[in-house]
Amino acid sequence: MRSHLLNLLLFAGLVSTVFATLLRDTTRERLRFGLMAFAAFVLSTLVIGWLTNPFPR
Amino acid sequence: MSEVTATATRDASRTMAAGLLAWVFPGLGHVFLGRRGKGLVLMGSILALFVLGVLMDSRLQLHLGLEDPLALLFSAAQMGIGAPYVIARLLGYEAGLVTSPTYEYGNTFTAVAGLLNILVLLDALDTARGVRGK
Repeated sequence: MRSHLLNLLLFAGLVSTVFATLLRDTTRERLRFGLMAFAAFVLSTLVIGWLTNPFPR
Repeated sequence: MSEVTATATRDASRTMAAGLLAWVFPGLGHVFLGRRGKGLVLMGSILALFVLGVLMDSRLQLHLGLEDPLALLFSAAQMGIGAPYVIARLLGYEAGLVTSPTYEYGNTFTAVAGLLNILVLLDALDTARGVRGK
């Protein structure tokens, strides 16, 4: 698995699932929280990656 | 022994058992407490994170000395997952492969899996004590 994007998606998905299961009590709340956390992980990584692109070292 | 004392002792034993099981294997504490669905979701997610990390050539070496505090913290984080850490080491995955392109990803996956399991352990203790409802 050498795809950075796939690794990011897997990590974000699994960690979001754990957080949503621990921090919310109903299925609906968990789904909503999990999707929000997943989106936050992925978007923040892409934004930080884009901002640091001019500084490779 | 009064009935109140016996109930308190039984509750303390149940809490300790839930905490121990939660550390030994991810999600097992919740399954023990009757939260089967929650336990199985946590088990699947955390085990997947750990196994993927190991397959990405993460190192699982044990650091107990204080000469390298960050390595000690990293090792403690990985050990948070309990039995899967020991099993992976026994299966020969302890060295990792530092030249692998996914080595750092693997280290992150395994350390985060252990840290998440510590959160799951604390949640199982809260559930056993009745602090958390579902």
